Amino acid sequence: MNILFDERLDGELVQRDKSEVLSDLQQAVPDMTLLHREEDLRPFECDGLAAYRVLPMLVALPETLQQVEGLLKRCHTLGVPVVTRGAGTGLSGGALPLEQGVLLVMSRFNKILSVDPDARMARVQPGVRNLAISEAAAPFGLYYAPDPSSQIACSIGGNVAENAGGVHCLKYGLTVHNVMRVDVLTIEGEHMTLGAESLDAPGFDLLALINGSEGMLGVVTEITVKLLPKPETAKVLMASFDDVEKAGRAVGDIIAAGIIPGGLEMMDKLAIKAAEDFVKAGYPLDAEAILLCELDGVEADVDDDCDTVRRVLEAAGATNIQQARDEAERAKFWAGRKNAFPAVGRMSPDYYCMDGTIPRRELPRVLKGIAALSEESGLAVANVFHAGDGNMHPLILFDANKEGQLALAEEVGGKILELCVAAGGSITGEHGVGREKINQMCSQFQPDEISVFHALKAAFDPKRLLNPGKNIPTLARCAEFGAMHVHNNELPHPDLPRF
Amino acid sequence: MTELAMHAADRDIADTLCDQVRSAYETRTPLRIVGGDTRAFYGRPVDGQALQMAEHSGIVSYDPVELVVTVRAGTRLSALQAALAEKHQMLGFEPPMFGEASTIGGAVATGLSGPRRPWAGAARDFVLGTRVITQEGKLLRFGGEVMKNVAGYDLSRLMAGAQGTLGVLTDISFKVLPIPNATHSLRLPINLEDALKKLAELGRKPLPITAAAWHNGELFLRLEGGNSSVSATQAQLNGEPLDASFWTSLRDHTHDFFQLSDDQALWRLSLPPHTSPLALDIPEADIFYDWAGCQRWVKTSLDASTLRAACAAAGGHATCYTPHAQGGAADPFTPLNKVVEKYHRNLKAELDAHGIFNPSRLYAAF
Repeated sequence: MNILFDERLDGELVQRDKSEVLSDLQQAVPDMTLLHREEDLRPFECDGLAAYRVLPMLVALPETLQQVEGLLKRCHTLGVPVVTRGAGTGLSGGALPLEQGVLLVMSRFNKILSVDPDARMARVQPGVRNLAISEAAAPFGLYYAPDPSSQIACSIGGNVAENAGGVHCLKYGLTVHNVMRVDVLTIEGEHMTLGAESLDAPGFDLLALINGSEGMLGVVTEITVKLLPKPETAKVLMASFDDVEKAGRAVGDIIAAGIIPGGLEMMDKLAIKAAEDFVKAGYPLDAEAILLCELDGVEADVDDDCDTVRRVLEAAGATNIQQARDEAERAKFWAGRKNAFPAVGRMSPDYYCMDGTIPRRELPRVLKGIAALSEESGLAVANVFHAGDGNMHPLILFDANKEGQLALAEEVGGKILELCVAAGGSITGEHGVGREKINQMCSQFQPDEISVFHALKAAFDPKRLLNPGKNIPTLARCAEFGAMHVHNNELPHPDLPRF
Repeated sequence: MTELAMHAADRDIADTLCDQVRSAYETRTPLRIVGGDTRAFYGRPVDGQALQMAEHSGIVSYDPVELVVTVRAGTRLSALQAALAEKHQMLGFEPPMFGEASTIGGAVATGLSGPRRPWAGAARDFVLGTRVITQEGKLLRFGGEVMKNVAGYDLSRLMAGAQGTLGVLTDISFKVLPIPNATHSLRLPINLEDALKKLAELGRKPLPITAAAWHNGELFLRLEGGNSSVSATQAQLNGEPLDASFWTSLRDHTHDFFQLSDDQALWRLSLPPHTSPLALDIPEADIFYDWAGCQRWVKTSLDASTLRAACAAAGGHATCYTPHAQGGAADPFTPLNKVVEKYHRNLKAELDAHGIFNPSRLYAAF
């Protein structure tokens, strides 16, 4: 079932003539860069989910708040949808344009407005790159904790929209735990501040709601993030296992020992091989799985914890345990993991990255399920896993040039996500729903729950102009999706109208 | 589960609660959601039929290895904490308890957090998922029992602190934390100005501090973490030992400071980190600095607008904890900005069209 916007399922959009919208917006916001020629629009046709491309009607590149406000007010009046985009690194198609819509690109808002070392916070514009915040805070011994793998390129505005994670979430939280305040422009062009520089704000926690709302409730124009003191030290242990299940159990044993590692990552044989071929991280090629366990904090505690973890890993049946001797080796161990996606990309013409989460105890069962799906479909799957917080990233290898393989990969991906939901997990841990997982939302949520999401959306954007079609499926789409996924002769949503 | 059942009566009355909400929706009857009724002082009085949550209690599931517990809203905080402590774990946000009857549902609905808040996070930061009764009396599930979950809007965290005005919380899943191996509390004589300076300095270092308060010429610190770092930091800071019960008395307002005279109201000032003392006519002895200065308890007869103006100028806000006392503010929470209020009303109208959930508990208008 195609994920591209389908008015029949996703709701009607206002039809406007492109030249009419262009001249209207040029007149309303005269000094704003507005791209309209096909060759100028082309670079914006997709985000990190490159398999799906749509040419937007127009691309707006504002530089001032007044321009964003003017654009939103005009689009609201015209009924033209607005898709907001940061750096375009998102993996779920959250910034996939609409043919009848304006793509609002926030990349020119790229200033770090202030870093306050005593209050340990930074005020930044949404186009600032994630890593740039930590770089600006570094002279004060501080950093910004969430570190998605794309942190060199991804923007903090996009991080807020997706509630981005990274490899250190279990200990340091997601974006929502590290953002104190955001300034937002509503679709009607009103300015609103959510959260505060104090540790709470009066009223509903709309700050929590806007994190991960995928650009559906407002446009984030400024962000105040919390900065943390850099841990005194970080040490990493690498453990090899001859069995994936043993590695999975070792993860639970570490947590059960009362230790919350800064990072706890797992890779299976195929991912190990890919990473080793690519970056020579020193990974053991004969292992079925490896665990990378990073312990950070005060030196003396970290040393104690390293001893504890080492004992736990030995008891869990690790065949080899190596502690990075120095910072260079630690960086090398992590380089393999951080480059796992491009490494797998070298093994196969294309790969499709999933993002399901599960309770950790379900890992052996879900891995078996993935192996079975891989065998059945003939597509190899490499597993990279934020083991500490139960976030799996199975990478499905395929060749888009071979007839039917993209569709097959998507089908396998969809089934993997359904496995995660059945195991008590979620279809997305950190990449977001976007357009990519719009159908799978129907397996995670009941129609009544989806209706509540629509009610939330209606409170902020009743005309459904902000990023229509993303994040929350229509009930019509779920009915159609359900009709294609008949289990045990039972329709999941028999009460819904069908097409 | 027998072991856990010892701590909390295991009873699921969600169906009955749904029926009661459905009937309230049909008859447009406002509901006053009640757990242990220990937090009724917090917020505006609610005029409505009581929806009793206390019987909906018990731990639904608890897997210490997953660091996740799911609990019914009426479960007593003390029972939940005892069950977690047995597995050497705890609620990271250190919820205040204003009486033995205090429930976990009330703790989340009010969204209050204890002394650990600036280092560990607030109540909402530990909420992973909820089951909620909607206005039509449907029991729905949002979020889940996994650490990372970005599918759909984060309704669960929105419920934390909404004081039951958007729906009825029946079950809550939390991320829990291991109890630190070592803990040591200490007190240091130091004046306010130097204390705030010292806190900013300490805050920039990766030290195992998990509570920091100042009152009457003394700085109070709690160190928690590994044995090595706690003893090293303890040696470095070199104060007098402090009994850990100090933090409970601050958390639950049983400390002597919270005794009010007849003309005083108790206020909570929430301010950005590293905010200087506010220029208010309040004796130093009537201010208690918690959260390294981000949360200040104030006993005063000053009026709401004076306090709120001073807080707003510093980037914070003020809440009255004694709205019913003489000199208290009838509107305990800082009024919202016009645009923000508009979206609060919209949200309330969408999720509670007939105003049956704790109407006017937060603000008179909704």
